[in-house]
Amino acid sequence: MSGEVAAEIRTAHVLELAASGKRLDGRGADDYRTVSVEPGFIATADGSALVRLGDTVVAAGVKLELGKPFPDTPNAGVLTTNAELVPLSSPTFEPGPPQPGAIEVSRVVDRAIRAAEAIDLTRLCVTPGEKTWVCYVDVHVLDHSGNLIDAAMLAGVSALAHATVPAKRFGVAEADYALDVQHLPVECTFVRLGDTIVVDPTFDEEQAAQGRLTIATDELGRVVAMQKGLVGAFSPDDVRSLVARALAHGDRLRAAARGGAA
Amino acid sequence: MGSVGAKDVPVLLTPEGRRIDGRKLDELRPIRIQAGPLHQADGSAFVEWGANKVMAAVYGPREVHPRHLQQNNKAVIQCRYNMAAFSVDERKRPGLDRRSQEISKVIAEAFESVVFAEEYPRTSIDVYIEVLQANAGTRCAGLVAASVALADAGIPMVDLLPAVAVGKVAGQIALDLKKEEDNFGEADLPMALVPQSGRLVLLQMEGHMTPEELSRALDLGVAGCTVIYGKMKQALRDRYATTELAGGAA
Repeated sequence: MSGEVAAEIRTAHVLELAASGKRLDGRGADDYRTVSVEPGFIATADGSALVRLGDTVVAAGVKLELGKPFPDTPNAGVLTTNAELVPLSSPTFEPGPPQPGAIEVSRVVDRAIRAAEAIDLTRLCVTPGEKTWVCYVDVHVLDHSGNLIDAAMLAGVSALAHATVPAKRFGVAEADYALDVQHLPVECTFVRLGDTIVVDPTFDEEQAAQGRLTIATDELGRVVAMQKGLVGAFSPDDVRSLVARALAHGDRLRAAARGGAA
Repeated sequence: MGSVGAKDVPVLLTPEGRRIDGRKLDELRPIRIQAGPLHQADGSAFVEWGANKVMAAVYGPREVHPRHLQQNNKAVIQCRYNMAAFSVDERKRPGLDRRSQEISKVIAEAFESVVFAEEYPRTSIDVYIEVLQANAGTRCAGLVAASVALADAGIPMVDLLPAVAVGKVAGQIALDLKKEEDNFGEADLPMALVPQSGRLVLLQMEGHMTPEELSRALDLGVAGCTVIYGKMKQALRDRYATTELAGGAA
């Protein structure tokens, strides 16, 4: 009970601050938190990255295994994205089967990777109709301080960009080779707080949010995926201006995904 | 070298008594413990132990979920040991398998033996362990991480719980097995020690040991736990090394 009262007071405070153009952590409406990416964090994965987005921490690991292509796409590899919002990462997560929030994160990330054609699935195929690489992107949230979608996307795409296809280990080639990543999609998430729309929301801002919009862009300046979430609404003009803001943040986030700070 | 899946046993012990990574029989792998790396949890710790990477977080004392587990005279300690899909060579299906559930249970019971649970009736102390990278000995690394996380959360306890596994490689009792030694070794004996009383609150064993070997393994494990105990205390001291309370300001 007291937790809920505190949350309501915090929500009111976040909205009050937003009305005067301020944020709890002192950022401006269009300031993204500091991003750092540590590729190769997990030695047991074929590709991995640890992403810190402010206080939010997310690890992603890529695993490649040989499997069968789907009957309707005999020439294409298989890509599976999964996000685990484990109870270690937030007092609001409980043990049990995947919650809608976790499923949304993995589906939004998966959609951007697919739509941007980050990896050419046909190149994952070994023998059409019989044998192909199955590429798993597993995202493990460790510290939930808001904006999990952007953090999960950065971790996933960075893990892919640093992945090695274990072809020698699986006996299908003489040597392992780098996974070919042809496009680098990144997500940029905004939430509405009253009349202002802020980028990269913290956990408290997400609780107070009156609508959330995530926009995925690639390095060619294309919009490759979007997701509106939470209760709230955006006008077409809002969306147009947020696309411009997402594109402006994209290059810096992509530089981070390649490895390094932003 | 051999092809994939070759069953060739590697040389686990040289004639000079050196192990596969150059360690002596009574030597631990390098251990690094960081207290309090997470922001959302009430207490947390990150442990890198050889090629293991384990994060632990503690929430509570807080309301019990599910409610029917609530105890009127003490806190319940709930533990969840989980392995990330990418933590092992062959991708693990996400979620708790039977092994993880058993490990969660014995770790929870180990902590129940040292936490002053009766101080917090009708609450839950939730201990979460996430194995991010596994290389044998993850239950001990997880237990060490969770113990530091409990202390970081300010949960009153009799003592910290250092833990280590002792095994048998090439016929010799050896401390803290790494993966190759575990796979091809002849025995594995994980344990957790209450340093203050000298008693064990987690003890499992699998393999073959004579009573004499088991006796030596216990001594070796206790000695290893003592070293780890020092590192755990140091991690907690380091956490607050630069913290100064503003006296009277509150």
